[in-house]
Amino acid sequence: MTRVRTGSVLARGGVYASLVLATVVVVLPIAIVVLGAFKTDQEYLTSQPLDPPADWSNVSNFVTAFRDGEMVSGFLNTAVVLALAVTGTVLIGAGAAYAIDRFRFAGRSAVLVAFLVATLVPGVTTQVATFQIINGLGLYNTIWAGVLLFAGTDIVSIYIFWQFMRSIPRALDEAATLDGAGHLRIFFRIILPNLKPAIATVVIIKGIAIYNEFYIPYLYMPDHKTIATSLFAFKGPFGSQWEVICAGIVIILVPTLVAFLALQRWIYNGFTSGATK
Amino acid sequence: MTETAPQAPPARSAAGRPAPATRAPRPGGPGPRRPARLLRRGTPYLFLLVPLVLLVGLTYLPVANMVWYSFTDWDGLDKTKTYVGLDNYVDVFTQPRNVQVFKVSLYYFVASFAQMGLALYFATVLSARLRFRSMWKGILFFPYLINGVAIGLIFLDFLRPDGGLDTTLRAVGLQSLIHQWTGDPAIVNYTLASVSVWRYLGLNFVMFLGAIQSIPADIYEAAEIDGAGRWAQFRWIILPSIRPIVSLSFILAISGSLSVFEIPFIMTNGGNGSETFVIRAVKLAFNLEKVGLASAMAVVLLLVVLLVSWVQRRLVPDEGVDIA
Repeated sequence: MTRVRTGSVLARGGVYASLVLATVVVVLPIAIVVLGAFKTDQEYLTSQPLDPPADWSNVSNFVTAFRDGEMVSGFLNTAVVLALAVTGTVLIGAGAAYAIDRFRFAGRSAVLVAFLVATLVPGVTTQVATFQIINGLGLYNTIWAGVLLFAGTDIVSIYIFWQFMRSIPRALDEAATLDGAGHLRIFFRIILPNLKPAIATVVIIKGIAIYNEFYIPYLYMPDHKTIATSLFAFKGPFGSQWEVICAGIVIILVPTLVAFLALQRWIYNGFTSGATK
Repeated sequence: MTETAPQAPPARSAAGRPAPATRAPRPGGPGPRRPARLLRRGTPYLFLLVPLVLLVGLTYLPVANMVWYSFTDWDGLDKTKTYVGLDNYVDVFTQPRNVQVFKVSLYYFVASFAQMGLALYFATVLSARLRFRSMWKGILFFPYLINGVAIGLIFLDFLRPDGGLDTTLRAVGLQSLIHQWTGDPAIVNYTLASVSVWRYLGLNFVMFLGAIQSIPADIYEAAEIDGAGRWAQFRWIILPSIRPIVSLSFILAISGSLSVFEIPFIMTNGGNGSETFVIRAVKLAFNLEKVGLASAMAVVLLLVVLLVSWVQRRLVPDEGVDIA
């Protein structure tokens, strides 16, 4: 009996040890960047990476990052693209799901197959040709390139809305029809409000994806930098000033951390439901 | 639009077919009947108009164009595109720089196995009762949420000579392991694949954990009464019930390892022999003005992804995948 207990105590210890090790692996690289962000340029070069900064109130790197690093316009561009693209994604996805779920029409199964097959085409493979189309529309180097690509190629959202819409009773639509409501009115007054949980999921997943997206703004909007591309641009002018780069990284990390702590449950659910579609 | 609608809209069952003119208007029905009927039949198309235009314009048209470009020598600007047959495809599989990218993707493919093993371990461990369980879960998952550029720069700082990793190794007496982490062509792909594991482990982990936690608790209780230990529970309860999601992840690892872009692009720009498939295609198309060859690479990648998805659908039964 005692031997079993010692064994399980050891196993427990091993489990906690592995979790602590994983925590170190995750936290250490980030912690070093946070420390570096408060160091002066001399200090950054001479101190050990794990040494705390001499002066925690030294925010000059953050000021430099914001002022010289285009981070303010980066946040503005990201916010505008995010707001427009997420609104577009919700309207497009919910509209398509409404048509597919509530109507039977000629070509319905063809439409379903078209959406399904498109989920298999990874966006990253087609950029060579997508670029020509965006360029042909005259949208290259405008924020509309990002908005259009984020909102227009998100088929997973349509599936999330469609799945959720099945659980909204049709009796609600029918009652509204008897009251004389048209389809647009039903869509905006009944369907959209009832889709709120699915909308929250899509807004969160999509919001995080757009906030983190590098490829599309890098390729399509070189003069309208989002936060990802503005941070990437730090590699040039601040290539020898790593303490400023560290500050830029921290500036980008803080909103992510706040969002994660505030929306944990939603985020876990969103990613596990979105990822298996 | 023809009159062959298989089924009428659910709200008004007979309205899909041409209605005899003598039928009485329904109470509360909107306005004059004929326009209303047209409107009703057109409604799904109106709701689908924008999504379908975007789907065709931003997914199907690019794929079609890409296939066409891949048989030409187009530079991306010229008005004329000369047909060159399969030349570009021959180049994809014979030019040493292009063949190299396939080898690089093997590092990421192997790394994704390690990633799934670790994810499975942590998911199993954290499905049991532990102290600070949600804290451990949050820490393991958080890297997945971080901006890719930030991750690349965090690790450039961490892995620079005398940076965080070197200092830590020295502190624990492992200085013999110190390398030029991103500068040595013999090491760089291991380094970048490891950073990739750091970034994506959390998603695998959370998906596995979700699958494990959806196993009803009474199954464990029954197993415990039967005297099954933790290992037996893992082998006979957990593993079988998450097999669909594990096999899905294994297969997705193939297309994932060919689509690697951000980490190596940000950290080394493909230097020191770390160029990946997508980096190579982007450089060919946008820097070297070889849109034809880049398109051929993209078509190859797309075919691999489609093949993998097809195999996955054959191997993994549909009901099994739908565990979310």
